[in-house]
Amino acid sequence: MSTASFEETALFRVAKKWLGIALFLALWETLPRLGLVNATFLPPFSAVAGNLFSSLISGELEKHIFVSLSRSVTGFSLALAVALPLGFILGWFRTFEQFVDPVIQLFRQTSAFALFPLFIVILGIGEVSKVAIIFYGAQWPILLNTISGVKNVDPLLVKSARSMGLGRFDLFRKVILPSSLPSIFTGLRLAATLSILIIVSAEMMGASSGLGYVLTNSQYNFDILRMYSAIVTLALIGLGVNFLLVSLERNLTGWKQEVTTY
Amino acid sequence: MSLIRAVGIRKVYRSGKRSAAGYAKETLALDNVDLEIRQGEVLALVGPSGCGKSTLLDIIAGLAERDGGEVYLDGKKLEGPGLDRGVVFQGYALFPWKTVLENVAFGLESKGVAKKEREEIARRHIDLVGLTKFEDRYPHELSGGMKQRVAIARALAFDPRILLMDEPFGALDAQTRERLQLELLRIKRDTGKTILFVTHSIDEAVLLADRIAIMTSRPGTIKAIVDVRLPRDREIAEELLRSSGSFIQARDQVWNSLKVEVEKAAELEYQI
Repeated sequence: MSTASFEETALFRVAKKWLGIALFLALWETLPRLGLVNATFLPPFSAVAGNLFSSLISGELEKHIFVSLSRSVTGFSLALAVALPLGFILGWFRTFEQFVDPVIQLFRQTSAFALFPLFIVILGIGEVSKVAIIFYGAQWPILLNTISGVKNVDPLLVKSARSMGLGRFDLFRKVILPSSLPSIFTGLRLAATLSILIIVSAEMMGASSGLGYVLTNSQYNFDILRMYSAIVTLALIGLGVNFLLVSLERNLTGWKQEVTTY
Repeated sequence: MSLIRAVGIRKVYRSGKRSAAGYAKETLALDNVDLEIRQGEVLALVGPSGCGKSTLLDIIAGLAERDGGEVYLDGKKLEGPGLDRGVVFQGYALFPWKTVLENVAFGLESKGVAKKEREEIARRHIDLVGLTKFEDRYPHELSGGMKQRVAIARALAFDPRILLMDEPFGALDAQTRERLQLELLRIKRDTGKTILFVTHSIDEAVLLADRIAIMTSRPGTIKAIVDVRLPRDREIAEELLRSSGSFIQARDQVWNSLKVEVEKAAELEYQI
């Protein structure tokens, strides 16, 4: 057969990716316009997009995006700087890990939000408490995935490397580190997603800037369009962050058979 | 001339609960094993399962602790692993994040060879095992037989005095195994390497080895050594080799010696 089936065409491949989203946006647009849902609470998509666009033009939204992102990035970076080396140490020195593990389990089950009021009492309502709560929330997935990555290195690879005369330091650098990279990346992706989630909630609980603040503030003022603009912005940021990390992961761990994208 | 000499090797496995009086269960795995590997020969180590043949290889490789005895290479006492011995494992043990070329060059890296020379030597050994077009592939893109060729190339690349092979073809399907056995004979002819080869297949041992060391069931000792005289020094049809009188004679000799041990090992398996 010379004609390619419909499922193989480029059109179909594009459609498969975007059809669901197009359908969703179409519903969002038409349902309020047809009066099937109350346009006061769900304005049509075009109205939200217009509002988003104009608040980006005026620069009002960028200010809040920047504030939220810089809090997230700072907290995430601190978490990375502490949890990654700590994870390596705990994964490498088993006895130390057995000693510390109960404490880790206790703290990790304590929600970051449960601790936020405490953070505010101790650190005030300024930037420090917000960065601190992101740091606290984001470090767990990094720490735990790094530990399990190091612990689950194939013992045969270690044996093989030892047979070629590698010392402890080279063993770590050339075998343990690359082999635990996929697990570490899972942790990083979880932590990045958490950083965005946590900052929104933290800003909703107590802040005078940032996207979380925009959300609650619009809700109080019944500025529904502005509220939806903030929600859409957050969704796009989440997508963007995940996309960045997945491409980085593909580059660094491309030797794996496949990389999950969620 | 002996290249490797293992003298009085003893190994005890400790398992179960540990108390002040020691471990709950101590199993003598190797008892006073003496083994000599001559320069340039292929020595096969056969024995019933659980007799400690892999443990003995690990001890010679310096990868396992021993509870007694010494291993000498060229009369020099060995402590720990080193690049003077190249190990090939049953599970290939290739680094999945490295390409074929990088895997083969790995040992040269710790030997301190410069990058350009490393790649050159690695390429030569990739050619030797017949994987010329695959140097940029990752291990997961290769078949089991190809992976084991890479592992052999990697162990040969840093030019060890001896190749220690621990059931290297055990995980391969029958056809691939036979091809690789002949391939190993060819590599052996080309390089003249001394090889210690652990296997549970008598046929494999007879086909590949100049001498076969037969181990007893646990605790493992060397029971007998059988000389094999096959015309391996030239390219010869495999069927001829396998049906030759000396092949059959050596196989019978090994099997007669091993039979009792296999039965003993089977009984041991059910003892706690």
